[in-house]
Amino acid sequence: MSDLVIDREVDRSKMTVSEEKAVEMIDVNKWYGSFHVLRDINMTVHRGERIVICGPSGSGKSTLIRCINRLEEHQAGRIVVLGTELTSDLKNIEKIRRDVGMVFQHFNLFPHLTVLENCTLAPIWVRKVPRKEAEETAMHFLEKVKIPEQADKYPGQLSGGQQQRVAIARALCMQPQLMLFDEPTSALDPEMIKEVLDTMIELAEEGMTMLVVTHEMGFARQVANRVVFMDAGQIVEEADPETFFTSPKSDRTKLFLSQILGH
Amino acid sequence: MAETTYVRTEMLPPKPPPPSQTGVVGWMRENLFDGWKNTLLTLVALYVVYALLSAALPWFLHAVWDADSLNECREVIKASWGPEADGACFAVIRDRWHQMLYGFYPQELYWRPNLAFVLMLVALSPVLFPNLPRRMLLFSLVYPFLGYWLLWGGTMWAPVSWALGFVLGYFAFVIVNDRGGTILAAIAAVIVPLLWWFFGAGPFADLVQSLIPISLTDVESRQFGGFMLSVTIGITGIVGSLPLGIILALGRQSNLLMVKSLSVGFIEFIRGVPLITLLFVASTLLNIFMPPGTNFDIILRVVIMVTLFSAAYVAEVVRGGLAALPKGQYEAAAALGLDYWKSMRLVILPQALKIAIPGIVSTFIGLFKDTTLVSIIGLMDPIGLTNAIRANAEWQGIIWELYGFVALVFWIFCFSMSRYSMYLESRLETGHR
Repeated sequence: MSDLVIDREVDRSKMTVSEEKAVEMIDVNKWYGSFHVLRDINMTVHRGERIVICGPSGSGKSTLIRCINRLEEHQAGRIVVLGTELTSDLKNIEKIRRDVGMVFQHFNLFPHLTVLENCTLAPIWVRKVPRKEAEETAMHFLEKVKIPEQADKYPGQLSGGQQQRVAIARALCMQPQLMLFDEPTSALDPEMIKEVLDTMIELAEEGMTMLVVTHEMGFARQVANRVVFMDAGQIVEEADPETFFTSPKSDRTKLFLSQILGH
Repeated sequence: MAETTYVRTEMLPPKPPPPSQTGVVGWMRENLFDGWKNTLLTLVALYVVYALLSAALPWFLHAVWDADSLNECREVIKASWGPEADGACFAVIRDRWHQMLYGFYPQELYWRPNLAFVLMLVALSPVLFPNLPRRMLLFSLVYPFLGYWLLWGGTMWAPVSWALGFVLGYFAFVIVNDRGGTILAAIAAVIVPLLWWFFGAGPFADLVQSLIPISLTDVESRQFGGFMLSVTIGITGIVGSLPLGIILALGRQSNLLMVKSLSVGFIEFIRGVPLITLLFVASTLLNIFMPPGTNFDIILRVVIMVTLFSAAYVAEVVRGGLAALPKGQYEAAAALGLDYWKSMRLVILPQALKIAIPGIVSTFIGLFKDTTLVSIIGLMDPIGLTNAIRANAEWQGIIWELYGFVALVFWIFCFSMSRYSMYLESRLETGHR
């Protein structure tokens, strides 16, 4: 829960928000058994937006973004991702997953494959890209996350920060139009958080649409164009970062911010 | 500002460690005579080894390799080592080794099982050692049919037309998959080959045989025996039960109620029944349910039972491997857009099977040794033959030599499997589970 200072100017020239909707959630509800975990969620994400979702643990923020690529199933309401509605139709789900990248808290790299193989697996088997081309793309993104020299190592031989950067490269290799980050820095040591955040900032600077669940308020302040605060399965407050951090409206938000920033 | 108080002018060369720490003496001190308890245990162990050797060695040293009966052996031993001497009579192995290896397979046709065995090693090697050329796998696919033809003989077109069933199944799958979806295609891929095998395969083989006759002398299953029989049943069972076990393990995890309950029912039923019961069913009861006149080969029946039996165990071992994988692996595979079968094949199973290797190999070793149970339903496996040889007037009373020989050969097979499993584990080690 650190408020890590981001020590450089963020280049906003390509961060343009278009009118086109990337994600639209209408009255989404979800239960775990009888526990009501998402309540009447209404949210629209436009292409090019960088949205940070924050809130206390158990507030449903991870569940929310995991509904967008159907790792969790919503039971009521509608979710439309990149023009395709999420239903139980497997074809739609697979189509959406091809175009939506995801980065997990615990990296979830495939330990039996090398870094390069981790990055080429889905392009080769899902997008049917020829192996050679997939490897070139993978090396391009590994260079981008600054670990091309680790391409032939296994994930188990890398540090946590390196693993998370590989995970980002792996998601990018599918050329996604939308990236979901589920607490990408929560499992990392402080000195590794920065390298992962830097990678994410670069991605934002290129105009990627991003939904980020995180406690990194420095990232939210500098990169996000909108901050969504959730508590008890509902969206409590939604604002641009400036307003959100300086003049929060709800008491829940104020309490949360004082706990997370007040030290 | 402190002054420099010491500067080394000359670097020290490395010296050898004191002799009590290294070499034979150091090793013995650490491992054999470290304290009085350790020393006492070492001495007791040495005495046990001495006692065993002093009892067994003369028996081996007095061994007779050339004799026609147990009595002759005894006479030779008495004549050369004195009236009280005891010795092994390995002459029985020399006399009956061909039977122990081939059972009652016709002697002039021994080249066929020999060739089949060598080709089996060739067919297995690309599966076992992935650095061999992948093209060799084509031969591995052909081998089951070729091996069958070599062992049993008959027309070559019979195994060819069975193989054709698989090809038809494949095409049925591809064609239906394009038009009607995966589930229909899977059903077609099962039904079309079955129809072919029941109605088309026999006439087709007969027809081609009458046009282009290629055949080997028939050998009946009754004539099979010895280690050839064990290896045939064991290897076929192993090769068949691994994929079946994996499918059962996946079925047990399935969300589809029917698939799940069928898998659970099958696994729990098979695991709850002794193998010997299944073998009796195979040898006696199964014929009652078959239409009269059906010639359902006894070895085939046994192989099916052994395969089903060990598949249930493999399924549970694989399930353990699947359960050991973190949920994140499934999620990462799904999030990348891999469908169920691709994520299983590329992400989940390679890891789960690696975890399950020791258990799977244990199951296979167990299966291989359990093939000796077929002696109870009258097949002449090495144990069955041993009993038959011991019932013979010349070799009546012989025990250690024959059973020892059988044990030794089994041990070589099982030990190889065990070493292979360790090799595989170390090869798949990637520094992280």
